[in-house]
Amino acid sequence: MAAPAKIINSTRSWLGRHRLLAVFSILSLLVVLFIIIPLAKLIFVSNKGDLWQALLDPTTMKSILLTLYAALITAAIGFLLGVPLAYLLARNSFPLKGVVEGLIDLPIVVPHTAAGIALLFVFGRNFLLGKWFNAIGISFVDSVAGIVIAMLFVSVPFLINSAKDGFRKVDVRLENVARTLGASPWQVFYRVTFPLAWRSILAGTLMMWARGISEFGAVVILTYYPMVTSTLIYERFASYGLTQAVPVAAILVIICAFIFIGFRFVLQRDRKRD
Amino acid sequence: MIELKNLRVKIAAFLLGQIDLVVPKGDYTVILGPTGAGKTILLETIAGLHALNQGQIILDGKDVTTTVPEARGVSIVYQDYALFPHLIVKENIVFGLRVRHTPKPQIDEALVWIAGLFEIQPLLNRLPASLSGGERQKVALARALITRPQILLLDEPLSALDAQSREEMRSQLKMMHAKLNITTLHVTHDFEEAMSLADTIVVINQGKIAQVGAPTEIFYHPSSEFVARFTMARNIFSGKVAGRDNNGSVFKCGGIEIFTSSDKPQAGLAVIRPEMVQLTPEKPVPGANSFPGTVKTIVDKGANILVTVDCPPQFECLLPRQQFERTAINSGSPVYISFLPSAVHLI
Repeated sequence: MAAPAKIINSTRSWLGRHRLLAVFSILSLLVVLFIIIPLAKLIFVSNKGDLWQALLDPTTMKSILLTLYAALITAAIGFLLGVPLAYLLARNSFPLKGVVEGLIDLPIVVPHTAAGIALLFVFGRNFLLGKWFNAIGISFVDSVAGIVIAMLFVSVPFLINSAKDGFRKVDVRLENVARTLGASPWQVFYRVTFPLAWRSILAGTLMMWARGISEFGAVVILTYYPMVTSTLIYERFASYGLTQAVPVAAILVIICAFIFIGFRFVLQRDRKRD
Repeated sequence: MIELKNLRVKIAAFLLGQIDLVVPKGDYTVILGPTGAGKTILLETIAGLHALNQGQIILDGKDVTTTVPEARGVSIVYQDYALFPHLIVKENIVFGLRVRHTPKPQIDEALVWIAGLFEIQPLLNRLPASLSGGERQKVALARALITRPQILLLDEPLSALDAQSREEMRSQLKMMHAKLNITTLHVTHDFEEAMSLADTIVVINQGKIAQVGAPTEIFYHPSSEFVARFTMARNIFSGKVAGRDNNGSVFKCGGIEIFTSSDKPQAGLAVIRPEMVQLTPEKPVPGANSFPGTVKTIVDKGANILVTVDCPPQFECLLPRQQFERTAINSGSPVYISFLPSAVHLI
């Protein structure tokens, strides 16, 4: 009887000393389970045969490849346009900078279907930019370009914010020293600032890519066909019910998980090397 | 040579200027001032990192007021050395030559020369994070000097070091300056550092030059109360000149009369450095200013002892430890303080 009493007492005394840690751990566990359980359930509810069948189905395969490819193009465009903006925001002050920073975050908070409609008003065939691009043979409705535009709109803030934080962490004096040593502003950027901020930029780009892969609301308004995976899941669910939607959804979740595990691995390996 | 003419720079709420200064070629000038005086901004302005609101910067006869930093021939070394953390020491050092597209054999030759000058050959393949403060500073200096700049700017280069490394680096800086004879502008808030390194000291306060002169000039003849206080003159009394004769004048302050060899007709302050004040248990020989008083506090400063004596007014005397121990005084002891008329500087 003495041993259990001792354990209870020592547990009580540990809890007494680490009350905050104990409460926070329980609350944290709830959140982690809340995230893990539905995703795990989704993956394990479908049997292996269904998953293989879904993977071998040309429509699903085509849709997954299209999604990955469109999100990759989106990330590349975001990188090309977002990195310079992030640098300007991190290093310079200019009129309405606060407004610009606020606007960048807007696509994250507006409903993505609303974002899709907003994009349609600009890139639709009968609207402003849509007309111009149509004239040179690019249409944003029911096309890969439309998917890219929708993905770009909702995911570029992740890259801009992450890259901006990365640039801010680079000591300005390193850039100053580089200038006095004879480096032009371009040389300072690619030899000092960019290499030092690259981890944040990479994190932002991968986040953007992953966000692009999972986008549904904005894409479905601009481009129902060709079908990205999230639209395919919706279509299968609406037309054939849960059983048809689950394997495709599970595959998408597995792909996203792999991207994130790979991304963590790359960042961690790099941190160790530093 | 550095010539600054009517220089004025405004950054947010801080105004630097107006600054007029000439640093002769090959001179080691120390900019001395408290934190927030504008010393770093002045260096960065000379390097071309801040736009001027007014004025001109002329380096070795060439007006560089609007020249970009990379074309000025000026190198800067910051307090914590700002080594590129992602590059190994060797890559840090040759950075300036690489960006100028210097041919590789020349880069290798320059690297051998500079690594030999600072004796840092064993560090070349290490990352900055693995270096000690002293090693980082040597690398930062090597990086700054490998491009053979006309001007070297040092922003508090010794502040981040421990006392022993600081001593060592002072000698390194002296050695470097003697060998390369490069015009150097060194910023510090440490008066001792300025005294030990400078050919010329420029005292700066609130964005303006307070005094320019040789170290002894600044030390013994401060031009203002600020400079006197900043250089730790300690005994500063306000009063007025009460009379003059061939040997000097009499300065009246706080109920006492101080004889000074200064022939300044008008002055509001008398400054006596604490090192110049003698402390004796007995009345000293006539000829010097001498006042009886009581020892109020004794502060041990290691090599020296700071003794406050209430006369009144209150005098502070800095005695070498050996001398202090000979006098065998304690707090509350009756003593005499004395100082020569030539030790009294009037402002």
